[in-house]
Parts: sequence; structure tokens; C-alpha cells
Amino acid sequence: MGSQVHGAQKFDNAKRAEIKFSDEAMKIVETIISRYPEGKQKSALLPVLHVAQAEFGGWLSPETMDYVASILNIKPVEVFEVASFYTMYNLKPVGKCVLEVCQTSSCWLNGAEDIVKYIEKKLNIKVGETTKDGMFTLKVAECLGSCGTAPMLQCGASYHENLTYEKVDTILENYRAEGKLRSYTDLDYKNTL
Amino acid sequence: MGRKLLIHNDHIPNIHTLDVYRAHGGYASVEKALKIMQPDQVTEEVKKSGLRGRGGAGFPTGMKWSFLAKPEGVPRYLVCNADESEPGTFKDRYLMEKIPHALIEGMITSSFALGAKQSYIYIRGEYFYVARILEAAIAEAYAAGWLGKNILGTDFSHDCSVQVGGGAYICGEETALLESLEGKRGNPRIKPPFPAVAGLWGCPTVVNNVETIAAVVPIVNMGGEEYAKIGVGKSTGTKLISASGHINKPGVYEIELGITVEEFIYGEEYCGGIRNGKKLKAVVAGGSSVPILPTELILKTAKGEPRLMTYESLSDGGFQTGTMLGSGGFIAMDEDTSIVKNLFTFSRFYHHESCGQCSPCREGTGWIEKILKKFLDGTANESDVDLLWDIQSKIEGKTICPLGEAAAWPVAAAIRHFKHEFLEIARNKKFTDISHYDRLNKLARV
Amino acid sequence: MKVTIDGITIDVPKGTTILQAARMIGPEVAPPTMCYYSKLKTSGGYCRTCIVKVTQGSAANPTPMPKPVASCRTEVMDGMVVENTINKDVLEARKGVVEFLLVNHPLDCPVCDQAGECSLQDLGYEHGAATSRYEFPRREFERIDIGKYVQLHMNRCIMCFRCVKVADQLTEKRVHGVMHRGDAAEISTYIENVIENDFSGNVIDVCPVGALTDKTFRFKSRVWFTKPVDASCDCKKCSGKVRLWMKGEDVLRVTARKDQWGEAEEFICNECRFDKKKTSDWKIEGPTKVDRHSVISQNHYNHLNELKVQVLKQQKALGFMDINKRP
Ligand SMILES: Cc1cc2nc3c(=O)[nH]c(=O)nc-3n(C[C@H](O)[C@H](O)[C@H](O)COP(=O)(O)O)c2cc1C
Ligand code: SF4
Ligand code: SF4
Ligand code: SF4
Ligand code: FES
Ligand code: FES
Repeated sequence: MGSQVHGAQKFDNAKRAEIKFSDEAMKIVETIISRYPEGKQKSALLPVLHVAQAEFGGWLSPETMDYVASILNIKPVEVFEVASFYTMYNLKPVGKCVLEVCQTSSCWLNGAEDIVKYIEKKLNIKVGETTKDGMFTLKVAECLGSCGTAPMLQCGASYHENLTYEKVDTILENYRAEGKLRSYTDLDYKNTL
Repeated sequence: MGRKLLIHNDHIPNIHTLDVYRAHGGYASVEKALKIMQPDQVTEEVKKSGLRGRGGAGFPTGMKWSFLAKPEGVPRYLVCNADESEPGTFKDRYLMEKIPHALIEGMITSSFALGAKQSYIYIRGEYFYVARILEAAIAEAYAAGWLGKNILGTDFSHDCSVQVGGGAYICGEETALLESLEGKRGNPRIKPPFPAVAGLWGCPTVVNNVETIAAVVPIVNMGGEEYAKIGVGKSTGTKLISASGHINKPGVYEIELGITVEEFIYGEEYCGGIRNGKKLKAVVAGGSSVPILPTELILKTAKGEPRLMTYESLSDGGFQTGTMLGSGGFIAMDEDTSIVKNLFTFSRFYHHESCGQCSPCREGTGWIEKILKKFLDGTANESDVDLLWDIQSKIEGKTICPLGEAAAWPVAAAIRHFKHEFLEIARNKKFTDISHYDRLNKLARV
Repeated sequence: MKVTIDGITIDVPKGTTILQAARMIGPEVAPPTMCYYSKLKTSGGYCRTCIVKVTQGSAANPTPMPKPVASCRTEVMDGMVVENTINKDVLEARKGVVEFLLVNHPLDCPVCDQAGECSLQDLGYEHGAATSRYEFPRREFERIDIGKYVQLHMNRCIMCFRCVKVADQLTEKRVHGVMHRGDAAEISTYIENVIENDFSGNVIDVCPVGALTDKTFRFKSRVWFTKPVDASCDCKKCSGKVRLWMKGEDVLRVTARKDQWGEAEEFICNECRFDKKKTSDWKIEGPTKVDRHSVISQNHYNHLNELKVQVLKQQKALGFMDINKRP
């Protein structure tokens, strides 16, 4: 681990002023908040962050998190603490499709490492990197509950299972052709169970 | 064929919809409980059934329910633990995806027993699409009057909602789950107080696994005594097993507790034996946290008796020669598998998932991973095996939550039963992952 | 309620923790603490240095507790029997905890402001092994200023969470907290921000290590070249009872008065801490006795002295180092 600079994320007031949920997203956020008793709106934080991530480009900027804090009436630092704890929130910009390949035991036993290498070669990126065209980010993940259909990868809400090299080819081609941002909140998920 | 109570209808088209689910006997337990039973009677049936928590710890569910504090004027909550993140475990996902109403029915019946007016299903964020399926089912249930005010015209009202997590295995630990449900970091709480006294927002709360709650449905329908007739001794009823690894037929199987491990691995009804005619080398029987056992010890106990798929039989011999049923995540490994590398994937997992609150787990899990990496790089020394042993022993039992143990046990078990593999790598200063080529071939072939 | 710790029995009120009971007996049997802070609610339980063995749960239920427990977060039961310094397993486990705390700690005491008044230094000396078996690179952060007065050197942080609790419990608006998780967890403001309000300076006093330090004091002098005196002033925001760290006639640093356990007796405001650096700002009460490891004479349980001698003997037999005989 090299020397890291921390606590120094830039905060841009002008950017912050532009951030606002669409009416549609705001409705969803209100529904989520209504699930909790009066005064417990902080409970909505995790689901609302998912909505925000999908709404504002696939990642959570400090400005986005500040906005979420204002909606839930909590301190910004509470949002930073939570967002940085969980793995599904991207704190840096990512590609439109984030490919998360499971690397834990059952997937490893079934060739997950080879799948990772194959994607690295095919997209010419390493784990953690994004393709130049901003289309794909490759990540490795820990057990995603798909061990019986290993190896697998997740992209947004979709689970792609029983992977082979050919299947990876098709998946990537489809996403590229589609060219849109993929989020966990997508309704048009494909899962192959 | 063993009896199935939970996923017997999984092959029926559209069983995920309320109409089809109802046509196959769905929601009968709600009718029975609300119309002809008192809440305590439901709890009594669950006690009689001998049902034990399916989330991993195996704590008797009826007893857990009876511990719930019931102060006047304070709401009580039922929270379903659908965080399922223990490597090797995917049964809850299967159940929720295929038959979402089975869980919702169980939530209503269980909430009636506990006097909970509100319940939450906390599901791991990665299962977002499963949360959609659950939400659709909940909407159906509201529309048909199974949820909401005065269900079936009784004075029992109930609301149920789903909350998605953000990606953290530790949120499966029940107090971390409650923190996360409150919109905080998933840090396990220091106990006492236990959730039964001060859980969600400080109110009395029961946290149960998906499968536990779903099992309440057949228990109420058939009666606790009937349910208890299935199984062996204190392992009653049926259990969902997630089978994966080098077996012919990976997947989710509902078994009657008490079948032999041998039948489960080799029976055509279940895993169908080891792939490619290979020999079995080792099994992790209950999710990544439980001790790995070599073939001899998983098929037979140290006393030479056939090992059964029950809580008791799997733990026969303690950690010296036994393991645990855990969450039912059954991972089988063939003769070419490197136990050291498998352990590395587990240890990397625990390092990644430690919440960081307490020093032994925060610092120890990373240290273990780094030492294991030395083995994979061929730079480890023989003394590193002793060091690994010492580190795991200094984590175990000294942490806030059981993740510390979960991280320590697999290391201890791998060294206990496969020390020679570690030593061989250390002596030869070389590690080769021989199963690698087979996997490549398989992938290339398809 | 009666509780027995290392063979010494004491009567304590209900709700007392094992640690508090042990402190009532005295420092010989009191477990070391790195994260507990009696003045901060919900503190403790994290570092695990205070673990002890409960060999008898209570008179009613005498079964021992299966695992060691954090004494700072475990309440005593009537008839409980606890072993701390006389139990080999506890000492061994504590040695393990110290080693874990040092896994990512730089141990750059020679250049650290905290040297001489550092809980971790003491802990390592009293309970640690001579060498670390950790051979990998440690994590490194740039040191940063969080405001005019406080510097954060994250390398040295041991994640005791005290500073976060100070911000939550003493100030209106917390701007710093714990980011990330596991061994990547860090104390941070995340965005460029300053920790500044009337009581923020107390994070310096509660920090057991040299992670949060007083910028106005940095490198002015080593602690052992300064002379602590107790002083007070009329302050509208706090009690005004402070400790001045003097060199000749200069006030180099102002801190809270710390008790026998290294805890602030009363939290002080930033004005007293950072702005009143002239002798004329203060009414000097007299020199402080530096007695962080002071013994028997100080406490109220003199009748226990004889038993303590016994305990000390047992400790010696176990190779327990005596902090008072520090070279
Ligand atoms: C680190 C850790 C992870 C856990 N993960 C899960 C989980 O994913 N699902 C689950 O049901 N229980 C999990 N548990 C167990 C829960 O803490 C709790 O015992 C369980 O939800 C109780 O439900 P049950 O009695 O129905 O099994 C986990 C425990 C620990 C310590
Ligand atoms: S054992 Fe690990 S996961 Fe559990 S509280 Fe401690 S650091 Fe967190
Ligand atoms: S914090 Fe303490 S142990 Fe660490 S370098 Fe400073 S004085 Fe030494
Ligand atoms: S900075 Fe100091 S007080 Fe804050 S958590 Fe770290 S060690 Fe504790
Ligand atoms: S191990 Fe990859 S999904 Fe479980
Ligand atoms: S002082 Fe008790 S755990 Fe830290």
C-alpha cells in the first residue's frame, strides 16, 4: 500500500447545486422513506443511495452524497461513512457496465480465474480498470450466491451464470450494442437461473 | 424420494404468482393461524416442531421466539435475514426467487405469533432482482388482503417491506443487519443487550433466516409434532442444501435431515457423484466458516459410523474430526484441488468482509491472507504454518462477533487435516495449481 | 454485588462493569484499556486489550464463560469470579491483541509527539512481545491538518473510535468519522473539511496514541522536557480546570487534567486549550503529580493491600513486568 492522501475529496458547490432527483426518482425515494416509522428516515439510506447511484451516473460523488444527506435530514459524514462501508457503492466514476466476477471458492473451483484473465485480455484492462471508451469496468467480487452455477458475473441487476468464454463474448457484445448505463436498480434484469 | 416441504412446488409454472401459489395450497397457514389459533399456540407448534434456525447457528426457533420481550406499548419487529452471503450458500435466493410467497406467508404467520405489526426482509443488495420479485409478490399480497389492515377480517394487521443492503457479508450477523437496516454501517453491536430485548430502533426484535421463516408454514399446516417426526433426534424436518464445487449436479436440494452424507454426494437424486470420474478429496459441509473435512472423515465419523446430514452427526468428534451443518453450503472438492488455495480464497473473503471494529479480526484476517499469498507465490517457509496456526488461535474467541471465529476455523481445519500440503509447498518453494488445466479445458470445450 | 478479581473480592453496585470494579480495587488488577473511556457513552469493546477470563459467571450460575470477555463492556454479576493478571491464557491472549494493534502501527516513537504519554507505548511495554512477527509493509497515509489546531496522522490510529464519540457527544455537528471498513478503515472527514467548534480539541486528549495531536504544540518540545502544572481560569464555556505544560515561564500546551487512568477529568473548551497561552491567563494551582501508574496509597481500599501483595507475587511468577520498574 502506498502513501494515501485521505479526507481530501474535493467538494464542488456549483456541481452540488445542479444535483436533483427526477420526479420519478423522487417518488421512489418517498416510497422507500414511507416504509419506516416517523423519524426513522435514516433507515432509507442504503436503498436511496442505490437510487442515487443509478440516477447520477453510476457512482456517488461527494456532492451526490451531500444531496442524499439533505433529503434524509442527516449529516453528510453519516452518508460518507455508510457509502464507503459497503462494496456496491462506487466512490469513483466507473464504466457504463461494471462487470463483477465472483472469485470465491466455488467459482474458483470452476474456473473464475480464467474468466477474469479472459476478460482482461479481451477488454485490454486489468481488474479495477475501465475501458478507454468508458463502456466497461472490471471488478472481482466475493461470493454472490451463485456458487451452484459457477463461474458467474454480475452486471447491474443481472446475474450471468455458468459462464464459458463464448458466453462472456455474447454478454459483452450485447452490452456494448445496448450501450447504456447498467445499475442494480434496473428493472430489465436478465438472470440465467 | 425424501419428503419436501419447502420447494416441492418449484417446478410448477408461475408458482411465483399469488394465484398459482394459492391454488397449490398457499396461505393456508395464515388462515389457520389467524382464524383458529392464538399467537402463543403458533409459537408452541414451532417449539414442538424442534425447528432450528437455518441461518447457521441452529438455535431452536421456538425458544428464540419465547425470549422476545413484550413490554406494553412498544412495537415488536420480525426481521428476515435474507443477506445470504456465506460462500457456498445460495438456497435462500433459490427459495425467494422461485416461490416468493412461501417467505411472505411465513412472515405473516410468524409475525402473528410474535405480535409484530411490521416486518422487514433485509436482502443482500446484490440480490436486487430478487428483491424486485419479493416486492411484486408483496404487492400482490396487499391487493388480495393478505397484508395490510385487518387481515382476513381479524384484528391482526401487518405490514411487510423489503430493504436491500449495500454489499457486506457482515450484515448477515443479526445485530450488524439491524444497524444496516437503520441506515448505518454494518458494525455488529456489542451484546448484551440481545435483539430480543433491544433490536431494531431499540425495540424487541426477532431475526430469522429466510428458510426458518418459510418452514413455519408447513409446521403450522401439519402441526409441530408431525414435522418433528421427520429427521433424526434433534435435527427435525427438512433442510435446503446448496451444493456446489466438483459435483455432477450442483444446485439446491431439499433433504430430510438424516440421510447419509454418502447418499447426498453420490445419490442420483442429489449431487450425482464427482465430476469427470474424479475422486472426492474434501468437503466444506456448511458454508465457508465450518471446518473442512477430508473424504474419510466426511463420509464416516472417527468412530467409523456413517456420517449423516444432521446437526449432531456432522459435528460428531468436535473440531478434531468433525464439522458443522452451518448454513448448508456444501462444497465438494475433487482430488486435484489445492486445499491451500481454497483456503486462500476463504481467507481473502474474510479479510475483505471484516468490518474493522475489533483489532484481532481487523488486523488478523489481513495478516492471514498475506501469509497464505506467500504459499501461492512459493515464498512461504515451514514456520509460516505455525504462525498461521498461532494467529488464528489469537483471533478465535477474542472478537466482538463470530466473524472472527468464522475466519479462524477454516485456517485451523485446513492445517489440522492437510498440513502436509502446506509443508510441501514450503519445502519445495513452489506452488502449482494442477486443477487449473482441467478447468481451462472445460471452459474452452463448451 | 460481590465480585472477585484475581482473588480480591469487592462489593460494587449493580451495573458496574468488571473493568470499573477492577479499577476500584486498583491498578494492579485493572486491565489495560485502549478504547474504553468512562466519560464517553458506548465507548469500549473494540480494542480487546481489556479482555479477562470469567471463571465463574455468578453465584446463581457458576459456569465459566466460554470465551474471554471485554471487561469494559461486561457487567458484574453477584458472585462472579474473574481472572486477569493471574491467568496465563489471558496474558497470552492480550499479547496477541497487542501484536494485532501493532500490525499496522509504525512505532516511530522517536519522532512522535505522543511519545512519553502514549497508551500504546505503555501497553506494548507491559503486555507485548519483544518483536513483531509481521513482515509485510504497513499502511501509510499522508498526515493532514483538520483545521487550524488539530493534525491527523492516520498511520498511528488504532481505531478506538473515541474521537468519533467525542464529536458525537460533545459537539453539535460531527464532520469526521470512520470511512471504509476492515483494515482499510480510517478516520477521516472524507471531503476537505475542518473539525472546529468549541469542544473539538478534546479529540486530542482522548486519542490514546499520536494520531490526533495539537498543532500548536507540535515539535515545540518533548513531553518529558515540559513541566505540568494544574491551573484554572474563569471560563464561560467549560470548567476552566486545565493542565499547563510549561517550559520555564512559557505555556507550551494546555490539556485537560488527566486522572490515574489517563482520562480527562473534565473536558475543556478550545479557547482554554488553544488561545490562552500566557501565564497571565491562568491561576496556577501547583505542580501536577505525574502518577499515571500510581499505586496503592492513592485509593480507598487500603485494607486490600495485603491481598495485592499476593497478586503481585503471582504476577511475578508469570513473568509479568512491573511498570514501575521501567528502565
Ligand atoms: C458473520 C456472520 C454472517 C451471517 N450471515 C447470515 C446470513 O447471511 N443469513 C442468515 O440467515 N444468518 C446469518 N448469520 C446468522 C445470524 O446472525 C443469525 O444467527 C440468524 O439470522 C438467525 O436466524 P435463524 O435462527 O433463523 O438461523 C450470520 C452470522 C454471522 C456471525
Ligand atoms: S469480529 Fe470482525 S466483523 Fe465482527 S465486529 Fe470484530 S472486526 Fe467486525
Ligand atoms: S503513537 Fe505511541 S506507540 Fe505509536 S509511534 Fe507514537 S508514541 Fe510510539
Ligand atoms: S484518531 Fe485517535 S482517537 Fe480517533 S480512532 Fe484513531 S486512535 Fe482513536
Ligand atoms: S463462490 Fe462465486 S457465487 Fe458463491
Ligand atoms: S478497553 Fe475494553 S475493549 Fe478496548
